Amino acid sequence: MKFGVIRFPGSCDDVDALLACRRVGEAVILWHADRDLQDVDCVVVPGGFSYGDYLRVGAIARFAPVMEEVAEFAHAGGLVLGICNGFQVLCEAGLLPGALLPNTSLRFIFRQVELEVVTQSSPFTGRCDPDQQLSIPVKHTTGRYYAPDDQLARMEAAEQVLLRYAPGQNPNGSLNDIAGVCNEQRNVFGLMPHPEHAVDPLTGPTGGLPIFESIRAHVTDGALV
Amino acid sequence: MADAHEGLAPVRARVLVKPKAGILDPQGQAVERALPALGFSGVRNVHVGRLIELDVEDPARLPEMCQRLLTNPLIEDYEIVEADGVNGAGSHPA
Repeated sequence: MKFGVIRFPGSCDDVDALLACRRVGEAVILWHADRDLQDVDCVVVPGGFSYGDYLRVGAIARFAPVMEEVAEFAHAGGLVLGICNGFQVLCEAGLLPGALLPNTSLRFIFRQVELEVVTQSSPFTGRCDPDQQLSIPVKHTTGRYYAPDDQLARMEAAEQVLLRYAPGQNPNGSLNDIAGVCNEQRNVFGLMPHPEHAVDPLTGPTGGLPIFESIRAHVTDGALV
Repeated sequence: MADAHEGLAPVRARVLVKPKAGILDPQGQAVERALPALGFSGVRNVHVGRLIELDVEDPARLPEMCQRLLTNPLIEDYEIVEADGVNGAGSHPA
């Protein structure tokens, strides 16, 4: 299978994302000003500071030419993974519900967190074990997930929350300890932690690998959602 | 659309953006806690937002600009102030 990792001006985790994807498949960089998605099976919107994060985090990147194609790709059922700034971009683009607000501490946080896999019923968590905890680093200033009460209730009922911070580990004050959510159609997923930084035993826990393996399994084995 | 306003003198406008009521505003809280430390008592409901100044030829389009780019209506309320006074406010049509 083939991943495409978007590179915006200000992206900084695009290379790690590329290398993480290459552990399970092919991967290419998609330039923000291009409209060609190069027939990828999954688009990764990586972490960083797209377009300087001017105005609001993710607010300008959503208007990049490549994002118009990503929106079309997503609406057609294509898999889209947004990591950190990528999650913020997908929320601003309306491809994911909710928004990310400044951490309650008002500080940049950088630490390893344990994540609970809420459900395996998604292309992004299908290969996780039931009740598995993933050890993955977070590093952000604006990661407090928010959605209005009624929307949040609908999302919980539909199992759109795929990952939560383990009890006592919520680093940013997100509602319901949410670390990652998917859209209603379950083909677009955003999370604040960085699975691409947790794939090589040389540098620490490999809690990020099951996410990439799940995507590969979904695409190549036709694993059911 | 062909711009009927082309050539008109632009209007100076300000868009005041603040966190939506009811959403936790840690920045406002931090400021509120800091003021008494300097001896400023009796201050409540502090909120920290953003000011956007712009010269615009067609002020009627400001609400659309606010909805689509200048603010995120899910988490922010805004107020449009033109040079001649308050012109309008907006929030998410909930």
